[in-house]
Amino acid sequence: MADPEIKSWAPDHESRSAAVTESRPAQAVLMAIAFGFLGIFLLLPLIIVFHEALAKGLDAYTQALSDSDTRSAIRLTLLVAAISVPLNVVFGISAAWAIAKFEFKGKAFLTTLIDLPFSVSPVISGLVYVLLFGAQGLLGGWLKANGIQILFAVPGIVLATVFVTFPFVARELIPLMQEQGNGDEEAALSLGANGWQTFWYVTLPNVKWGLLYGVLLCNARAMGEFGAVSVVSGHIRGLTNTMPLHVEILYNEYNAVGAFAVASLLAGLALVTLVLKTLLEMRYGAEIAASRGH
Amino acid sequence: MEVRVANVRKEFDRFPALHDVSLDIKSGELIALLGPSGSGKTTLLRLIAGLERPTRGKIFFGDEDASHRSIQERNVGFVFQHYALFRHMTVADNIGFGLKVRHGATRPPAQEIRRRASELLDLVQLSGLEKRYPAQLSGGQRQRVALARAMAIEPKVLLLDEPFGALDAQVRRELRRWLREIHDRTGHTTVFVTHDQEEALELADRVVVMSQGRIEQVGTADDIYDTPNSPFVYGFIGESSSLPVKVENGEIWLADRPIGLSAPHAPPGDATLFFRPHDVELLDGCSGCIAGTVVASRRVAGTRRVELEIGGQRQRVEIELPVGHPAAQKSRVAFRPGRWRLFPAA
Repeated sequence: MADPEIKSWAPDHESRSAAVTESRPAQAVLMAIAFGFLGIFLLLPLIIVFHEALAKGLDAYTQALSDSDTRSAIRLTLLVAAISVPLNVVFGISAAWAIAKFEFKGKAFLTTLIDLPFSVSPVISGLVYVLLFGAQGLLGGWLKANGIQILFAVPGIVLATVFVTFPFVARELIPLMQEQGNGDEEAALSLGANGWQTFWYVTLPNVKWGLLYGVLLCNARAMGEFGAVSVVSGHIRGLTNTMPLHVEILYNEYNAVGAFAVASLLAGLALVTLVLKTLLEMRYGAEIAASRGH
Repeated sequence: MEVRVANVRKEFDRFPALHDVSLDIKSGELIALLGPSGSGKTTLLRLIAGLERPTRGKIFFGDEDASHRSIQERNVGFVFQHYALFRHMTVADNIGFGLKVRHGATRPPAQEIRRRASELLDLVQLSGLEKRYPAQLSGGQRQRVALARAMAIEPKVLLLDEPFGALDAQVRRELRRWLREIHDRTGHTTVFVTHDQEEALELADRVVVMSQGRIEQVGTADDIYDTPNSPFVYGFIGESSSLPVKVENGEIWLADRPIGLSAPHAPPGDATLFFRPHDVELLDGCSGCIAGTVVASRRVAGTRRVELEIGGQRQRVEIELPVGHPAAQKSRVAFRPGRWRLFPAA
């Protein structure tokens, strides 16, 4: 049987007509502005971070990183990310599933609510928790009576981080799941799969690259968050200082090498994230929804 | 497996998609649900599958009331309009999926699943494509994989939603013949949805014509084409022409003249006359006929379609003539419908 319509795999090249192509000098000026701006405001600072970190040699650099307070800041940051990223994966998948796969009252409200952390200053996000859990806060008395410490401890830092990072996974998955619709799930159910099997074998593989992309961005933000965490952490050295907070403390103590050494780790994380993100976009661009740029 | 739809009503957000629909499907039958979009045909198919629950009424599989069974329990093979193949699985994994997700002792060993998948690929004439991914297949091939996947679970009923809708005409014709062959070989009770009357009439044992959430007529291709039981079916199936007429004393009148057709049992009053444009007898003189002025004449494939303006009301009808017929050159044509039917005026 002849099937004439084999799908073409050639990528679509966007070709522009001559009429809308700028003149060569105009192109050069635009490119110079873009590169110049990025060079001065992004690339230069990045180079300075590594330069300052290594200003007194590799020994000083490794020494700064093996300082016990620095070590505990790194551990705390990893711990916070390890808790908040999985929480947001669960939350993100649930929210995306609810919004994309079925109809309910308050859907538009939920969609708007998910974006709240993007539109609110991180400091406010932190302050909310102080007002809620602080000694004079709404739940402060009850928490104190029951001996539960949230503020100025790991739980508070995790809460603030979850708040700030929770749109990342959800925002990535919602358009993707909406676009894919219910067809594959219905097919799986009709073949006898139960809900869990359908999720595991069909839904999750369909969104895995989008999910990974969301996790990547979520993790980068979780490790790098300063504002919200700064308000709730209490800045206790060796206990409640995450890496970004620790950088600030070291810098204020004129410990440039220490500050920039820790900063270089965060910058390194950013670079790794950037590379992975680019790889994902190159390879699975079509499967990653268009909600980029956060 | 017999399927009986009994007085089913389905509403979406209070909006009725199906009104009180009843349908008996015999075991081993190939049934087409035919209708324009919005007629409720896909809703009916999804209700039989268990993808939707009826607002009222019941659906029986054999003697068993299946209305409240889930889609998994109903064991139906459903082929989706856009196939819904799992894009991250190979063809073989797609086909084996229904067996793989079975529980405990009912799940065949992996080797058996593979063997079964190859067997079904043979049946749908795609042997050797086990390792391909859906994106690497043509539309027609995907369609056949979707059917193999649905048949892998040994369904009691096979349901297909616009199975050929997304394919081009050539592939569509081939697959149609092929589906008929598969049906005759496997004997599954099969229901498919289509808006293409040619497809329905050619393929199905019986055709269910639907409109606006109701079943208009159920019958064989001959029944539906030769004796349509409503103006809708007359208009929807094949070509038809209609004229507003009046019944008096058992005679049919067009404006002030009898047209030579008698309808002794029709109630007197206004009515609409339906006939097929190709089923007309041309007349020379005109006492007791329909006569009109030729306003347009078009060549359509093997025939010539002539548009006539009839009488004072400037009513237009179409008739079909053989290509070489001299009447097509004339300015006035007189004719009388061969097979016709009268419906009370709406």
